[in-house]
Amino acid sequence: MSDTQLAPARFRSPSAPPRSFLWSRRIFLTLLAGFVLLPVYVMVSSSLKPLQDVQGAFRWIPSSLTIRPYIDIWSTVPLARYFMNSLVVAGVATVCSVVVAVFAAYAVSRYRFRGKRVFTVTVLSTQMLPGILFLLPLFLIYVNIGNATGIALFGSRGGLILTYMTFTLPFSIWMLIGYFESVPRDLDEAALVDGCGPIGALFRIIVPAAIPGIVAVAVYAFMTAWGEVLFASVMTNDTTRTLSVGLGAYANLNDVYWNQIMAASLVVSVPVVAGFLLLQRYLVTGLTAGAVK
Amino acid sequence: MTTTPTTTVERSAEPAVGPKSPKAAGGRARRPGRIRRFGLPYLLLLPALVLELLVHLVPMAMGILMSFKQLTRLFLRDWTTAPWSGLDNFKVAVDFDGAIGEALLKSFVTTCLFTVSSVALCWVIGTAAAVFMQESFKGRGLLRALFLVPYALPVYAAVITWVFLFQHDNGLVNHVLHDQLGITDKPSFWLIGDNSFIALLTVSVWKGWPFAFLIVMAGLQNISKDLYEAAALDGAGMWQQLRRITLPSLRPVNQVLVLVLFLWTFNDFNTPYVMFGKAAPGAADLISVHIYQASFVTWDFGTGSAMSVLLLLFLLVVTGVYLVLTSRGRKTADV
Repeated sequence: MSDTQLAPARFRSPSAPPRSFLWSRRIFLTLLAGFVLLPVYVMVSSSLKPLQDVQGAFRWIPSSLTIRPYIDIWSTVPLARYFMNSLVVAGVATVCSVVVAVFAAYAVSRYRFRGKRVFTVTVLSTQMLPGILFLLPLFLIYVNIGNATGIALFGSRGGLILTYMTFTLPFSIWMLIGYFESVPRDLDEAALVDGCGPIGALFRIIVPAAIPGIVAVAVYAFMTAWGEVLFASVMTNDTTRTLSVGLGAYANLNDVYWNQIMAASLVVSVPVVAGFLLLQRYLVTGLTAGAVK
Repeated sequence: MTTTPTTTVERSAEPAVGPKSPKAAGGRARRPGRIRRFGLPYLLLLPALVLELLVHLVPMAMGILMSFKQLTRLFLRDWTTAPWSGLDNFKVAVDFDGAIGEALLKSFVTTCLFTVSSVALCWVIGTAAAVFMQESFKGRGLLRALFLVPYALPVYAAVITWVFLFQHDNGLVNHVLHDQLGITDKPSFWLIGDNSFIALLTVSVWKGWPFAFLIVMAGLQNISKDLYEAAALDGAGMWQQLRRITLPSLRPVNQVLVLVLFLWTFNDFNTPYVMFGKAAPGAADLISVHIYQASFVTWDFGTGSAMSVLLLLFLLVVTGVYLVLTSRGRKTADV
């Protein structure tokens, strides 16, 4: 009995890490965790500090705690409106890209057709191009359409949603192709043989099997849209401003209320960080599927 | 007639030779209609094609056209009426003796330096963390979730917090470096002057390394445990295992990772813009913000477009050369 209990200690696996490795691991990971957490700590602690604490020299420990910044953020700038705008713009852009991408990725992963390579290469390359490349022409298109027809694309949520497709769409198509490829062909071929139409096979077999991937793609697209700054800074006006630009409004006040800025940053981060951490496993699989396979 | 060979399904895009209507084919629903599916891939692609055209191809074609026009703010109302200027915009952009060309060249060099440093640091930190966390230990799951936080945080929230850390009077960085450790004799400016490069790089690495970590970790999972055991039996130490097994096995993953990191960092607009606003200090004047400023602050869209086209050409050449140099890259582009 005592022999079996000792066994693990006696038979060390040949690849058991040496002590020096354990120590370097401990030191490295602690330092890295400190680096990662530093701004997070500052964000959380400063958001609870009274104003004099954030205006004077930095303090690791707040002199007193207050939730005042969390109340004031809503009236200093119209944060709720920015929040709503971000929600609508990022949400609609995500839903549209994912729906369109599901059909496109199905076609690419299951059919051979002329122009398939051109399509995939185009999608991949547009994903890699800087937004600034599309910003100038889109800006001019919107301004000119507005002048010609009176339809105000420029400054509207609809116009912003369309510009967000420049990065959410290629990403979604690309990732979903990878995900649909990982669904065994036998499954949907069997469904076709059993009398499902191609669309039936897509919705009954492939989409359910790839749900984790679709969720991952949607969360990721939403996150990118939620954090986008370039298009939002040009294509919005006072009423359609999103969070990414709206947060800058705090910094333009006469007094910089850093405690309020930190509180607002935390409030706008919580939804996406919570979503990310909850769906972490699916997201990581989805994100890495494309690069690793 | 009852079962369709699988090859038919795969090659459904070939011209149909069967009966005109699926119903005519014996009225059996189980036979996938070849006629209907002939155009099906294109039908499925249609929404994506229209959108791609709308948000990518038309703007890109227009951007190239714009770069040959004298597109100042006078012609914003109707850009088509702007006079042609031939290659003038490009000449201004690459005239390194002129003010605009000189600034562009400087910004380009800064961006290259910044990108190479950031990608290298992200890769090293990400790989080290992934290798250290390859084997399970207590708290690994928690640490992994923690390491993903910089990646998950919205850019502006994270970057604004860093701006606060880098404040001259009330920031943590100066408090630690000057007040607590006494390394610097007076509080430094981090958001203007030469230090801004370091500040920007810090934020970029903080934000970027978790992606490298994620990808490398996924790559590590595909390496067979047998390889390590065999190597350990042959007397290979941890360092040798890393050099002989881990890194070579990660090569295909790394090739994609480095390219993606390069393009993301090179094209990054969000980080410098939130950190410095419209006019970044010279030491941290990245190309995206530079073009933005050249276009929207001075309203010279023609020169801005010419700069964008040059940037596009540069990225295409770099990506092309990279893909040719790495066989794995070629496979990725094909799919």
